[in-house]
Amino acid sequence: MYEGPVQDLIDELGRLPGIGPKSAQRIAFHLLAAEPADVTRLQEVLQRVKEGVRFCDVCGNVSEEERCRICRDARRDPTVVCVVEEPKDVLAVERTREFKGRYHVLGGALDPLSGVGPDQLRIRELLARIGSEDVREVILATDPNTEGEATATYLVRMLRDFPGLSVTRLASGLPMGGDLEFADELTLGRALSGRRAV
Amino acid sequence: MSLYRDTGVVLRVQKLGEADRIITLLTRRHGKVRAVAKGVRRTTSRFGARLEPFGHVDVQFHTGRTLDVVTQVQTLDAFGAGLVGDYSRYTAACAVLETADRLTLDEGEPALRLYLLVVGALRALSGRERDPSLVLDAFLLRAMAFAGWAPALAECARCGLPGPHGSFSVPAGGSVCAGCRPAGSARPAGETLRLLDALLHGDWETAEAVGQPARREGSGLVAAHLQWHMERQLRSLPLVERRAAATGGRRPVEHAATGDRTPSADMV
Repeated sequence: MYEGPVQDLIDELGRLPGIGPKSAQRIAFHLLAAEPADVTRLQEVLQRVKEGVRFCDVCGNVSEEERCRICRDARRDPTVVCVVEEPKDVLAVERTREFKGRYHVLGGALDPLSGVGPDQLRIRELLARIGSEDVREVILATDPNTEGEATATYLVRMLRDFPGLSVTRLASGLPMGGDLEFADELTLGRALSGRRAV
Repeated sequence: MSLYRDTGVVLRVQKLGEADRIITLLTRRHGKVRAVAKGVRRTTSRFGARLEPFGHVDVQFHTGRTLDVVTQVQTLDAFGAGLVGDYSRYTAACAVLETADRLTLDEGEPALRLYLLVVGALRALSGRERDPSLVLDAFLLRAMAFAGWAPALAECARCGLPGPHGSFSVPAGGSVCAGCRPAGSARPAGETLRLLDALLHGDWETAEAVGQPARREGSGLVAAHLQWHMERQLRSLPLVERRAAATGGRRPVEHAATGDRTPSADMV
């Protein structure tokens, strides 16, 4: 145990995800040895992120204003909405530079084992949005795991009654750079059923 | 290096660090096992989707200091693929997994009967032939019977007087006779108690002939009985989607998540 503030800092850092006691100690001593200006900058950024960042009223992505950068951008296609679980998934899709539509962030996936049901996600907001805006296609980009697939199934059921709306799911199959031999049966099965003519 | 191999059902997964997961399995010979699957969240992981919840797998573990480490996995039954395409089946299967997890408190203590019951329940749920709500209630009743908490249905839970009796008391442990009936006991329909008895003993013909009101009442009693004995709420149980049997059983697969569609665009 260290004295006073140093131990407090180690304890606080240790509460962060993925940071164990050793890492917390290493970061604490790094901060102790760092230039005061660097620490002040970190302090300001932490404060700004807590005070200044909010969630977009339309899509639920992190934003500095009422509506996020993507929802404000008039060049983005408002007729296509990509539904993702977390704000970090928006960034992942944006990195592809393939998608020019808008997003809807659910805030997680349906996971009854953790007590997350439809009411805990932004599903009602999605349905209201599709009802009021001119959305023609919804792309379900939830994670390709059990919870993400179940969420997609649930959304399909909720969305299929909207007239003229097409609902699509991200394709799934083999990752680039992998070996066929090590592919699991489920993934390889998906890759086979979703094969395309070349 | 100490290796061992077993078959098991994946009950739960938790994130660990950047790309690892802690996998909780109910195994045939070693009971509940918690093990680390390294790098499983990476897209290039050699475990891939095998260690997702509902997976029935053949696993090789390496004994670790605190947690064992998964070294190899092969799928025996990918129940998840059949379950995620139907939300009510998925929620029922989640309740099966959570109950199995809660009923096996000690890791490493064999629970063969519960393991076989879980595999049977997941097979029935992913098979899409029976009403998921009935399968779940049958599982819960039988799992409680293994734990020693089977509700008394054919006799009085207090004095043992042969029944059937018209009252049901969760604290007393099942149906109770008029003489033993504690205040606040439920008065379920006779059909409901017959349904529970049929589910407990695997009499599907009788169970499936029972109407919706009795099924709903039966589900309520089973849930109350289970949570009373577990002394805690199950998180997944209130989220189980219980639909009418007419739509709950044999609906066609409507979704690409089941992987049986061929177009490349995967239009839903």
